[in-house]
Amino acid sequence: MSFSVVKGSGYVLVHTPDMVLHNGTTQTTERVVNPESEYLKKLPNHLRSYQETVSYPPNQTYIGNITPEKLSEYKMPWYDKKIEDANRFGKYGEIMPQDEFIGLMKIVDVFDLVSLEKSFVSDVKEKLENHPLITDELINKLKEGEELEDIENHIEKYEAEPIYNDGKVIGCVNRAHDVDINLNAHTIYENIVVKASGALAMLNLLNKNDIDPENIDYIVECSEEACGDMNQRGGGNFAKSIGEITGCVNATGSDTRGFCAAPTHSLIEAASLVQAGTYDNVVVVAGGATAKLGMNGKDHVKKDMPVLEDTLGGFAILVSKNDGINPVLRTDLVGRHTVGTGSSPQAVITSLITNPLDKGDLKITDIDKYSVEMQNPDITKPAGAGDVPTSNYKMIGALGVKRKELERKELLNFVKNHGMPGWAPTQGHIPSGVPYVGFARDAMAEGEINSAMIVGKGSLFLGRMTNLFDGVSIVMEKNDGKSEETEGASEETIKKMVAKAMRDFASQFSDE
Amino acid sequence: MGRYDGKKVIIIGDRDGIPGPAMEECLKSTEAEVVFSSTECFV
Repeated sequence: MSFSVVKGSGYVLVHTPDMVLHNGTTQTTERVVNPESEYLKKLPNHLRSYQETVSYPPNQTYIGNITPEKLSEYKMPWYDKKIEDANRFGKYGEIMPQDEFIGLMKIVDVFDLVSLEKSFVSDVKEKLENHPLITDELINKLKEGEELEDIENHIEKYEAEPIYNDGKVIGCVNRAHDVDINLNAHTIYENIVVKASGALAMLNLLNKNDIDPENIDYIVECSEEACGDMNQRGGGNFAKSIGEITGCVNATGSDTRGFCAAPTHSLIEAASLVQAGTYDNVVVVAGGATAKLGMNGKDHVKKDMPVLEDTLGGFAILVSKNDGINPVLRTDLVGRHTVGTGSSPQAVITSLITNPLDKGDLKITDIDKYSVEMQNPDITKPAGAGDVPTSNYKMIGALGVKRKELERKELLNFVKNHGMPGWAPTQGHIPSGVPYVGFARDAMAEGEINSAMIVGKGSLFLGRMTNLFDGVSIVMEKNDGKSEETEGASEETIKKMVAKAMRDFASQFSDE
Repeated sequence: MGRYDGKKVIIIGDRDGIPGPAMEECLKSTEAEVVFSSTECFV
């Protein structure tokens, strides 16, 4: 059986300043425990404009307009740097402004739970009509909108969650049940956001890679929210709902959960499904989390810098049958942190990095790039969480030294040559391993690298069911050019040869 | 007498650094009492 390939990817960000204020849990918690806090008073002055968010170098990296190597040429901090002539549309996706995204929330809402004010709908309809990926069919789902008075009534009397834009209420998300907490307005709001941002990532994947949605067989959604009701809290599934809105009429799907590790789990699942021949084209997709907006906002405000966690993230990756061109997913080189692995850094890195390498008789230095937790250090360093990708690279390098595959004095060069700066927003699953998949595919096509290891880690202990955390990894490798078709053809030839031999053999009997 | 003997220890580990259980393991050879241990995710 031939390995599957990464056939394309899409990456999107959504600038959501009002959601930072009203939906990020750091802020909603602060509003409960300390409503008069200085932080809440100062926060609005630390929000960035849409243009500032678009021109921010890590964001331009996320959508593929500059490479991670180019980003590393910018001296940190990055929040006071900008990319001149930055474009909202990029090689892999786009950065959508908040108003258009709120319109998209309405578009993806099939239960009439999102109510938007009439004039807002009218304004946003015009903007979305100019969006290259939003079809007329989708625009029509915006409908006409409602009176502001009715929306305010729903917020005051029926616990609807307000939707803000530019500091004003322009709509609401209604609860889907009077009593069920899993269908309350807050949960529905978060879930609609996941669906809308996931759908946007899917649309970009399809468009940027010229993929017919009807060819998609299966979708794996891997964000960190759960959709369901009081009888099945995580019943699912976002995957099929995203497929429905994006025209994947021949697909079904399911949701895979594993905290931040879920995207890499899903990539391994997709690769296995395709390699086994179960499906030909599997999309791994995820939307973003409103809860994490402004997560480190207190430290950003304290350090008098912009609140950098002002974007939702989303991505979509297509895994397909081997075409002899695109990079393969080496399902024989998979790493996993097992129940019995233990938690020492050495045990973790061994299970995720060197165990899969040993299966292929490879050294740590044989992998050109490691894509680990690619959190943007501009966000995490001021908050005291350090530079996460760099500390991961140092641990990988240190194990390389221990295994005598690397000289101790070469450790920093290893970090530089086999690592990258982090550029992804701290949206949990979004920075975990997968942000580099698009770049890796391009770099392998250009012959710049031959291999990359995608590593995802997840904090399972946050769910309070286990003290364990988790992690998985898979190697992505340049295609050696042997496609399934060529292998299939040779098989066919063999069958024909056998058939001919049998006919010849049989004819000998008839001749006799 | 060891440095940690008789001490009560609160451990806050980091998933991307040194997790709590790893620190607990290190303290097993001492007389320290781990009164709280947790691993947090800072991203």
